[in-house]
Amino acid sequence: MKLEMKDAPGQLVAALQPISEVGGNIIAVIHQRDEKAEDDRLGVQIVLEIPDDRLNELIARIKDKGVNVVRIGKRRLLYTQTVIMIGHIMHTDLGDTVDRIDRTGFAEVTDMNMVMPAINEPSSALIVIRAVDRNEMEQTMEILRTVAKEKDLLIIEPLEEIA
Amino acid sequence: MKIAILGMGAVGRGLLEMADKKDLGLVVTGIADSKSALMDKDGIHIDEVLEAKRVHGFCGDKSLSAVDIVSHADYEVLVEVTPTNATTGEPALTFIRSALERGKHVVTSNKGPIARKYSLLQSLAEKNGVSIRFEATVCGAIPVMHTLTQGLAGNRVLAVFGVLNGTSNYILTRMEAEGLTYEQALMEAREMGYAEADPTYDVKGIDAAIKLVILSNTIWGLDTVLEDVEITGIDCLTTDALRLADDQNCTIRLIAQSIPSRGVLRVSPRILPKTHPLVVEGTLNAVTIETDMAGEITMIGKGAGSVETASAIIGDLMFIRDHYAGRH
Ligand SMILES: NC(=O)c1ccc[n+]([C@@H]2O[C@H](COP(=O)([O-])OP(=O)(O)OC[C@H]3O[C@@H](n4cnc5c(N)ncnc54)[C@H](OP(=O)(O)O)[C@@H]3O)[C@@H](O)[C@H]2O)c1
Repeated sequence: MKLEMKDAPGQLVAALQPISEVGGNIIAVIHQRDEKAEDDRLGVQIVLEIPDDRLNELIARIKDKGVNVVRIGKRRLLYTQTVIMIGHIMHTDLGDTVDRIDRTGFAEVTDMNMVMPAINEPSSALIVIRAVDRNEMEQTMEILRTVAKEKDLLIIEPLEEIA
Repeated sequence: MKIAILGMGAVGRGLLEMADKKDLGLVVTGIADSKSALMDKDGIHIDEVLEAKRVHGFCGDKSLSAVDIVSHADYEVLVEVTPTNATTGEPALTFIRSALERGKHVVTSNKGPIARKYSLLQSLAEKNGVSIRFEATVCGAIPVMHTLTQGLAGNRVLAVFGVLNGTSNYILTRMEAEGLTYEQALMEAREMGYAEADPTYDVKGIDAAIKLVILSNTIWGLDTVLEDVEITGIDCLTTDALRLADDQNCTIRLIAQSIPSRGVLRVSPRILPKTHPLVVEGTLNAVTIETDMAGEITMIGKGAGSVETASAIIGDLMFIRDHYAGRH
């Protein structure tokens, strides 16, 4: 996200503080002194990880500090999970299966590797799914399990990290 | 210590052989199989009974049965090693109840009664001042119950995970290593004596689920039953699926998993990195216990076999001997 603030001592710290308050994680802070606006305002770019549902709260808190949020960059899908699917994957409308995940808006199928044996034999596919965070991945898996039940597909999930 | 044994199959014979060969202080005063029984309060000659069983197919007097042993033999501990009935737990359940009601300890390798009626049997044992132990029902030779109840005493157990069925693990290992189809690997497992003529219980995840129920009920004092477990077997797995996992340096194993805080009670094939501690080969079993103080503990070992299962039973017998010493 790109922020604009007064070029005064303490301003940057004040702007960064809410990020940890809402459970975010700062990956990089980039000053853009050359882009100094006409008045004495300073541009700063921040790369951060934050649970999707806390974003609005973060923006509000930053604004409360008198800092202007100029632009919010693309949300990155940081959480990856690989599953294997077995069954009549093509004949049960693969396009729809993928779409049911993509249209959640918080997860997408980013890679797929499918092996199709002789006709009428079940095929197997490895599918990589990316989601915003762990919670949303769990929601995505729930959707996938429902789809699998409907289409009589077997989903093999990874063994998640323990408790 | 005087013991009576019901069942002279692989497990019963393994136990008798070890009791005969090793100096364990065990005196066998009663034995029964499905057709006959014998008792002697001064101790049965084990080698003679084993020989009789081998030659005639039955061990003793055909006018006697297991019920007579349970109610009349002179023993301190009943060792119940008859076949598992996952639906009713019978006839073992009745044998066990009668022994407990007589104030006798019980050691069993039989999953049926424990998976069905654990809390009832446990309270019956407490009421009669004796104990019921069943180390051999889960993970064969691995002392998982001792570890949970003694070794990890005082810990809060958060989750338990494991490869609890050797037959399906063997099949998956062979599909992975040799590119066999499921059917080929199953056939091989049968030839090796690892799979029964009817492999349904093993490959459909039911056996693993029964063991998961036993673990969950003992660890957390729950009253779960087999029907509560979400079960997916390995019988629909393809060789391609294992190859796809292999491309990612992963493999597939049938994992039983219980995490009460998240409502997870499930047996299903899962993708695991090959370096994961639960990725064991062949008929081995493995179990991971996650606790608050000790962290994660994983144990690997033989999940079945005559002497291996006898080892678990003997562990229980020795525990009872030491724990109740001088009380009789
Ligand atoms: N084998 C293993 O590695 C293993 C591992 C863990 C747990 N277990 C469990 O341990 C138990 C025994 O296993 P196993 O492999 O030894 O089974 P098995 O070879 O089938 O032997 C069962 C024995 O029980 C006897 N029996 C059957 N009905 C009886 C009755 N009503 N009264 C008295 N005896 C009766 C049989 O008599 P006959 O000889 O006359 O047929 C046989 O001797 C099972 O519950 C099994 O699930 C086995």
